Amino acid sequence: MKRQLNKLLMIIALLVSGTVGFPLQAAEPHSGYDYLTQSTREMQDDEFANPGMVEVEKGKRLFNRVGNNGKSCATCHGAEGEKLNTKNIAHYPVYNEEFKEPFTLQMQINLCWEDQLDEVPFIYDCVDLVALETFVRSRARGEKVNVDVSGPIKPYYDAGKELYNTRFGQVDVSCAHCHEMNAGKHLRGQVLSQGQTNGFPEYRLGSGRITSLHRRMTECFRSFRAEPFDLGSEEFINLEIYLNARGNGLKIETPAVRY
Amino acid sequence: MMKQLNYLPGLMLLLGFALPAVAVEPYYAWQVDEFAINQPLGGLQGDPARGKKVVIDKNRGNCLTCHAMPIPEEPFHGTIGPSLAGIASRLNEGQLRLRIVDEKQINPMTIMPGYYRDPKNFNLVLDEYSGKTFLTAQEVEDVVAYLMTLK
Ligand code: HEC
Repeated sequence: MKRQLNKLLMIIALLVSGTVGFPLQAAEPHSGYDYLTQSTREMQDDEFANPGMVEVEKGKRLFNRVGNNGKSCATCHGAEGEKLNTKNIAHYPVYNEEFKEPFTLQMQINLCWEDQLDEVPFIYDCVDLVALETFVRSRARGEKVNVDVSGPIKPYYDAGKELYNTRFGQVDVSCAHCHEMNAGKHLRGQVLSQGQTNGFPEYRLGSGRITSLHRRMTECFRSFRAEPFDLGSEEFINLEIYLNARGNGLKIETPAVRY
Repeated sequence: MMKQLNYLPGLMLLLGFALPAVAVEPYYAWQVDEFAINQPLGGLQGDPARGKKVVIDKNRGNCLTCHAMPIPEEPFHGTIGPSLAGIASRLNEGQLRLRIVDEKQINPMTIMPGYYRDPKNFNLVLDEYSGKTFLTAQEVEDVVAYLMTLK
């Protein structure tokens, strides 16, 4: 009896502290940029110092490479991608009415590659597709992320949100545990960011490589000893929808420089 | 691919191969009384010196990733959880054991891993960790013994 009372008191205490903690979760989005040191920010901002620009150049070459039917991406979108609509880029992922499913930017690029250039489509998240994605998204640098989740994409967004709040792996934590409840705090030597996606694909100083969002999530899953979902899987795509929408209003920084 | 490997031991048995003797630790059940686990796991005796290594080790306790501790020789201490300096003057042995075994018994929302939760409760665990507790029972007892020195 006494034990039950104790438990009840504990639960009440938790509920109360939970509500007090709530404003933290509704916090405004902050780009990972805000958590960088000054010198790393300068590196990102300087197009000659930003190591991610190598990937942009590589993507640009693919963008201008002629496909089986003699056309390239540049045929429609300009050699520098200058005819791309940067506002549209900032909308991704979007719901594709024809395919009746959400389309990430990579899926859209891959569809053009196959249909407009008459080429063999890429495997999701392969090196060349990530290079193309980096180039295309970098065209929209400075544009505000603006994912519309009011339409038919809503159930996918909801599913992504659910995954975001689900505990995984032997460490048994959710994405929200680090990036919502504890953003700004120190995990040993590292500061936890909000885990925003506005800089992807991003250059990682630690690995010295460009990293797509799905690969970054794979790393997170492994770090909490969970079996990651596949690159390009429905789960990762749903998470991408939720994550991008969660950062609505942040400026696109591709290729961002991160630790 | 990995899933198929699960059949390998069975297959080897069928073919008459001897399996290497792998010491799989039994999972010791534990019982919570008044927000404490008063019996040492498996009746094991902890060692504070070993426990200190476990709390530092990034692949084992890694408690420093979230907690500040009186271990000045380590450069980086986390700020996710409270400092554990003087923790033994606030919590007794049984209370400390429960917090290490499964902090979720106290705070279901916590970020702190349950170091000796029943592995059946985990979701999508990487193959190499599947069916295993985060720390062994001995490591848990070692960590409890170490924390008891932080008066
Ligand atoms: C991922 C972060 C994280 C890790 C790793 C972690 N803890 Fe914690 N711990 C916390 C948080 C946060 C709390 C605060 C209470 C809560 O959230 O329930 C806590 C609370 C505690 C408490 C209770 C403190 C008090 O003042 O009441 C103890 C004891 C403790 N942790 C010990 C450990 C030990 C020992 C380890 C390593 C074996 C460890 N923790 C690893 C996050 C962590």
